[in-house]
Amino acid sequence: MGAITVIAAVSIVTAGLTIAIGSIGPALGEARTAAQALQAIAQQPDESNTITRTLFVSLAMIESTAIYCFVVAMILLFGNPFWTWAIGAAALTKGG
Amino acid sequence: MEITPDARILFVLPGGPLGDLPVSATIVNSWIVMAILVIGGRIATLGIGPATPTSRWRLAVELFVEMIRNQIRAIGGGDPARYMPFVGTLFLFTLFSNVLGVVPGFMSPTGSLSTTVALALCVLVAVPVYGIADNGVIGYLRRYIEPTPLMAPFNVIGEISRTIALAVRLYGNVMSGMVVAAILLSIVPFFFPILLQLLGLLTGVIQAYIFAVLAMVYIVSASGQEPGAAENRTSAGGDSPYDTSTQRNR
Repeated sequence: MGAITVIAAVSIVTAGLTIAIGSIGPALGEARTAAQALQAIAQQPDESNTITRTLFVSLAMIESTAIYCFVVAMILLFGNPFWTWAIGAAALTKGG
Repeated sequence: MEITPDARILFVLPGGPLGDLPVSATIVNSWIVMAILVIGGRIATLGIGPATPTSRWRLAVELFVEMIRNQIRAIGGGDPARYMPFVGTLFLFTLFSNVLGVVPGFMSPTGSLSTTVALALCVLVAVPVYGIADNGVIGYLRRYIEPTPLMAPFNVIGEISRTIALAVRLYGNVMSGMVVAAILLSIVPFFFPILLQLLGLLTGVIQAYIFAVLAMVYIVSASGQEPGAAENRTSAGGDSPYDTSTQRNR
């Protein structure tokens, strides 16, 4: 197994792990947020405008953690700097 | 797979001695969004005056602007006209570029990290500008040593990291919409990608809203007020009797 194969395998596995583990926390958090917000709306229907606005903002804030994981996974899969470096090094040794 | 419009070079401008200037789809699509906003706004406000609006377009635009002003007032509690040019522009630009992402062949400019970083840098610059205009240089800088001077490095780090978070959040949301739609188009074509496009529309609108709201919250917190202070004051005054009555009913 050459260096390129190892880098590819590790990148793919890590990308999967990143998005898998990284989405657990935000999922739990968003579920809790939504449940609390629904409860708050049920208790105070008049405040539902404020609650809904705050809910959306906080959902997006919570979700951004998962989005960071997604961005890292996408970078590992499509814009991997180590992969680019390995390909460049391989081309260099072949050429020289 | 193209995951960012930066990679698609549409044409190359001859730059003379500086070398050629490749113009990517990001820049061209930003121009398109800007042109739509400017021309649409210009047409809608032709012959504007204090009279009641008669054309439907003008009415729609006025409702929209009034909505943005109300949101700014709810967060900032001050005069919305101060923040409207900056925050409203951020909101309209991100909203239109997110929503136009469903047009085939149009890649949202906000799906590129360079656009969102530029927008977040605008927020990073606008926060001290508004803060200094409100409190003066000393008053603004005092916020960095607010609880104790020991917290100064953390305040600076927090300012930088929230800028990065602002940029990556918008970029990640728009880009994930595009990528997931592209992946699903190759696995289950026809029906399911359309549902995800609808979800992408919703996400795009919410993210544009959140970007503007967060920019507004940062600006307001730098000018020394608590975000949402005005709203809490009115709701605390107006609704507390109602709360007790509902509790009594239950």
